[in-house]
Amino acid sequence: MSQVNQVKLGAEFIADTPHRVSHDRCLWEARMRRDRTASRIPEWEEMRALASQIKLHTLSHLDSYLSRFEEKLTANGIHVHWAEDAEAHNRIVYEIFRSHGVKTVTKGKSMLMDECGMREYLSERGIDIYEADLGERIQQLDNQRPSHIVMPAIHKLRGDVARLFADKLGSDPDIDDPHYLNSVMREHMRKHYINADAGMSGVNFGVAETGTIVVATNEGNADISANVPPLYVASMGIEKLIPRQSDLALFIRLLSRSALGFDITQYTSHYTRPRHGQEMHLVIVDNGRSARLGSQYYEVLKCIRCGACMNTCPVFRRTSGLSYDAPYMGPIGIVLQPSYDLHRYARLPYSCTHCGSCMNVCPVKVPIPHYVFLWRTEIVERGEDELMHRTEETAMALALRNSTNLSHAERLGLWALRNLPKSLLESRLNPWATHHTNPEPPQETFRQYYKRTTKK
Amino acid sequence: MRIGFFVPCYVDMLAPQAAISSYELLKRFDLDVTYIERASCCGLPMTDMGYERKACAIENNLVEQLLGYDYIVIPSGICTDQIRYHLDSVEKTPEVKRILETTHDIVDFLHDVLQVKSLPWARFPHRVALHNGCHSLRFLHQARPSELMIPDFSKTEALLRLVEGCEVGYATRRDECCGFGGTFAIWDESCAGQQGLDKVSDYARNGFRYVTSADFSCLLHQQCTARKYGVDIRTFYIAEILNGDAEKAIIKEGGEK
Ligand code: SF4
Repeated sequence: MSQVNQVKLGAEFIADTPHRVSHDRCLWEARMRRDRTASRIPEWEEMRALASQIKLHTLSHLDSYLSRFEEKLTANGIHVHWAEDAEAHNRIVYEIFRSHGVKTVTKGKSMLMDECGMREYLSERGIDIYEADLGERIQQLDNQRPSHIVMPAIHKLRGDVARLFADKLGSDPDIDDPHYLNSVMREHMRKHYINADAGMSGVNFGVAETGTIVVATNEGNADISANVPPLYVASMGIEKLIPRQSDLALFIRLLSRSALGFDITQYTSHYTRPRHGQEMHLVIVDNGRSARLGSQYYEVLKCIRCGACMNTCPVFRRTSGLSYDAPYMGPIGIVLQPSYDLHRYARLPYSCTHCGSCMNVCPVKVPIPHYVFLWRTEIVERGEDELMHRTEETAMALALRNSTNLSHAERLGLWALRNLPKSLLESRLNPWATHHTNPEPPQETFRQYYKRTTKK
Repeated sequence: MRIGFFVPCYVDMLAPQAAISSYELLKRFDLDVTYIERASCCGLPMTDMGYERKACAIENNLVEQLLGYDYIVIPSGICTDQIRYHLDSVEKTPEVKRILETTHDIVDFLHDVLQVKSLPWARFPHRVALHNGCHSLRFLHQARPSELMIPDFSKTEALLRLVEGCEVGYATRRDECCGFGGTFAIWDESCAGQQGLDKVSDYARNGFRYVTSADFSCLLHQQCTARKYGVDIRTFYIAEILNGDAEKAIIKEGGEK
């Protein structure tokens, strides 16, 4: 697959002023709400530290927690499956559906299923999946991936949705009133909710002690998928475990506050056993996670997928999640995606200004900025860096090697700034000049000032 | 107290005034200040892009030059962060460790080491927007970043408050990155440009004419963006205000705009 060029895709979104402005404003408002709600909790920073420690503890005892979890699930009558990779996950899910004669499925939001490319896999085999989450369904109708892990269609304007619904669902393209659009979707989805042969959802937390899976949503889309059809299949990554039921409250308190600035998700549902007459399956997926656990990037496994890092990221807010062209986007995406395919995602870790805001909002303290550095070093070492970068860095390394080289380079640079024609200095050869004037060349450098003013 | 004054590459070439004001300011405190003439660069442009190997020679050369002082003072937050926390190619002997621990940005040095309580020579009778650069803010901890729910503090603001007449304010999105990001502004000029434009427009909406920061790199980016888009702001490195040079410059340029 070809390499993702986030800079180029991002530039297209930046140039689209109405979409960029709305996207940036919505996410910044989420960040501001997060600040306000977090500031009302005196122990907020202790909560983050504790959540990070609980996750690290669980990850370092993952094997024993996973086997305890499996024991409990089985005892509670839930069928447990283990999937080594995406392919295995999809195959297992398909097998379950095939053996039950399933044709249509409603599905709550799941990043993991996106990561596995499950929808495409199943639809190629004749199983129709209907996304139950509004934003996710909008994206499905538009043939796009989600652009944000908790707000999948946040890059769209109301008018875009009105046109999409008109096109796909036959509604009025000129009415972009949210109540109207919601009612169009409700009517469209109701029959699928009632007639689905099976329901699916992701998992936010798995409680090892009790074998409970916990799903948090704001629209109840997981609940309708889990509670209406006779068959319910959920998938979770191995890193979603927490040890005890009593640890859960901490994460629930952090999750929605970090994600959207609301005190709690509208629906926080605990599933411990199948309801009467229902069959329930859980697919537990590795797909590279245990390898990641043994790598220098292991702390990415603490991530609870709240999206706070995206809301605060100055690059993400201006370029939108689609520009990352990957299942995971934004700050966590740029340190996660390269471990799936280094070549394809080798440019993502450069889409970062190193502002550090993500590490401060992250409820479990994933050291994203540090990992950005590590990835860039690894990308260079494995020869995946861009030729342009390599050439420029070689020249720079030479110029900056010592003070003699530097003063030669400075003389050359200042001479250029003073003497070269503006047309050349501000041409396309100089990317700086697109949005900047060139710096005013000073009369003298500090080195020269020092020599002039200090008597030897 | 023997102070080694290190002027990083881009400050030397593009912001000599930031270095001059810092140097003259340090000399007011009865310190033995030596300009480290043979030091060139902290290696940030290389490590920032993943070229740790190429940074190796630069980092080792730098550390050699920094030996033999009680404190190293640098007029740049981003380079201080680099030296304190990112000299990955240099072996951390006890000597090197001591250097890293005693390396300070000018703000930290004035606030934490000298514990400056007055700046009687400085006047700046204007409203000024304080931009805490990301590295100074989130990695050198010079102020409370708005994301963290910890007691409020700001070393930069505390120093500016010592300047007669200086009225400190902030952009609406006070801690938002302006898009300079080391080499980012060159590799991703469309995003960096938009961030810069958003930042200077924020100042303009809030009626700011003057902007200051402990990070000259941010100011360079903001000043050049503002000029390109016709936004009327004038930026000053924080030491220019603390040493009283900013006000002199304003008078020389024909008074307050
Ligand atoms: S890295 Fe942290 S802030 Fe980002 S999605 Fe994961 S938990 Fe949330």
